[in-house]
Amino acid sequence: MTDASAVPAVVQLSNVSKYYGNICALSDINLTVRRGEVTCILGDNGAGKSTLIKIISGMHPHDAGVVRVHGKDIHFASPREALDFGIATVYQDLALVPLMSVWRNFFLGSEITTGMWPFRRLDVERMRRVADEELKNLGIDLPDIDAPIAQLSGGEMQVVAIARAIHFGAQVLILDEPTAALGVKQSGVVLKYIAAARDAGLGVIFISHNPHHAYLVGDHFAVLNLGRMELDAKRAELSIEQLVRHMAGGAELQALEHEMHR
Amino acid sequence: MTSQLASQRVARRSSLRIFLMRPEVGSLIGALIVVVFFSVMAPSIRHPGSVSTVLYQSSTLGIMAVGVALLMIGGEFDLSAGVAVITSALAASMFAYQLGTNVWVGVGFALLVSLAIGAFNGWLLVRTGLPSFLVTLGTFLMLQGANLAVTRLVTGNVATNDISNMAGFNSARSIFASTFNVGGTDVSVSILWWLALVALGTWILLRTRVGNWIFAVGGNARSARAVGVPIVQTKVGLFMAVGLCAWISGMHQLFEYNTVQSGGGVGLELEYIVAAVVGGCLLTGGYGSVIGAAIGALIFGVVSQGVVYADWNPDWFKFFLGAMLLLATLVNMLVRHQVNRKQPA
Ligand SMILES: Nc1ncnc2c1ncn2[C@@H]1O[C@H](COP(=O)(O)OP(=O)(O)O)[C@@H](O)[C@H]1O
Ligand SMILES: [Mg+2]
Repeated sequence: MTDASAVPAVVQLSNVSKYYGNICALSDINLTVRRGEVTCILGDNGAGKSTLIKIISGMHPHDAGVVRVHGKDIHFASPREALDFGIATVYQDLALVPLMSVWRNFFLGSEITTGMWPFRRLDVERMRRVADEELKNLGIDLPDIDAPIAQLSGGEMQVVAIARAIHFGAQVLILDEPTAALGVKQSGVVLKYIAAARDAGLGVIFISHNPHHAYLVGDHFAVLNLGRMELDAKRAELSIEQLVRHMAGGAELQALEHEMHR
Repeated sequence: MTSQLASQRVARRSSLRIFLMRPEVGSLIGALIVVVFFSVMAPSIRHPGSVSTVLYQSSTLGIMAVGVALLMIGGEFDLSAGVAVITSALAASMFAYQLGTNVWVGVGFALLVSLAIGAFNGWLLVRTGLPSFLVTLGTFLMLQGANLAVTRLVTGNVATNDISNMAGFNSARSIFASTFNVGGTDVSVSILWWLALVALGTWILLRTRVGNWIFAVGGNARSARAVGVPIVQTKVGLFMAVGLCAWISGMHQLFEYNTVQSGGGVGLELEYIVAAVVGGCLLTGGYGSVIGAAIGALIFGVVSQGVVYADWNPDWFKFFLGAMLLLATLVNMLVRHQVNRKQPA
């Protein structure tokens, strides 16, 4: 426990709140994300998980509290700024463009060019080769790197998005419910890459509403409930049963168990 | 060994798939049909002089179709594109005539006006978040009215004064509206402008960062923003590209006819869109090609002249165009549906 807290925090939230009009989506959130750790954020639908990571990834500004990245107070104006701080996000919708090819998606927004203006152009061969290599490194061998990305399976798309983030030097990788739409086998594949990203020294933020998936890879668990932090615990302090119980809202589950008991 | 065989099989099948996945497939089939049809029905269309006329007709639409296709791939429409051509020609003509300057000054002024109209369309779209259909419907009506009103105010007439005696007219005409001789046939410089724009548009779309961004903002603007694509600049730039095409097209009209009718251009915006859609551009954005839009414009040129050479009532032109639109888009849809099905893993 002491050596874990010796690793410096990459992202640190103190008393962060966020409002959508009158709705308080997050209130008084404290969270520390460290390199080489998987921080799991759990909670029911509408708990505020997506809102929390949108603040860290520069999609939405926070309304109160302090967000520190590498110890510096920040207020990101756009996802581009967060990317420049090494924070990459794999959204629920993956931030992929379905009709564009795999390699064009891989390099979208960070294309490699060659030649001098006005003849500066895409280095197509290099981008195709690098995308293919990076995907092979993660164990994904696609028959056709020129195919529209919509032809890939959900798990493969997740891995493309993860590979992209790692390739572009992400230090913090945020994954919003990457396993939500996947079957058991494909979920396993994605969880493997989450562990691989952690072992490569990235700070991973893994959003899920499945405590079993989270417990397989998590080092640190934060449970949100209606915009409040209900639990913030290290793996050593928590069993899977306790985590499941917390997620279901503790007392509520006991009441339900009682009711359902026949 | 087996995996090598498997990947070979995939590779071989994908060469046909790659061709069929091109957005231009539907328009190529359509072009083939109308060329064969009118070669039989109106054999005189095969004479070099007729071919030159067909290409000229295609170029007048095709120049605008380049910008409109890029914009559509970027996910937007421009209903003001037709009257914006007239606005550009009017601006050049009246500016030079009223101030008595060299016509090139008017030409430069018109370029600024056209780019400003494009920038205004784009800015309004981005700032208001309204669909481009609505925003450009508004600017379409505004420009249509302003073309008539300002021309009447300045010249007291519905058309501009003849500028053919003014300084710089001849050099400007040789750039925008001259003809040159190819093996005994007169060919309009407009065709060269068209081909150059198609080449430039295709290069930008497929081989530059901006091209990648155009596909992305049209395919999924939120995803594009999330990975750092500058969507505002891309969209505004696309509307300005339509403005640039409108300027080239407007300058051709001005120096071809020496005067400009202020009420022109209405309805042409739909023909540009038809050319782009026939050429395989998805109405919803994110997919399409500039070459396809050029083939769409060629179909338009063949049909419009074919009806003339076949000595039919010109009313049939619109009928054919509508039929081509349906046919080409159906082919595009069917092919894409077949090709884009997820392959079993
Ligand atoms: N853009 C938005 N505008 C208004 N309310 C929102 C918006 N996004 C989320 N909310 C609300 O904020 C709360 C938290 O949502 P979200 O962060 O998406 O939860 P989760 O990802 O945990 O399911 C919900 O009540 C949701 O309805
Ligand atoms: Mg969510």
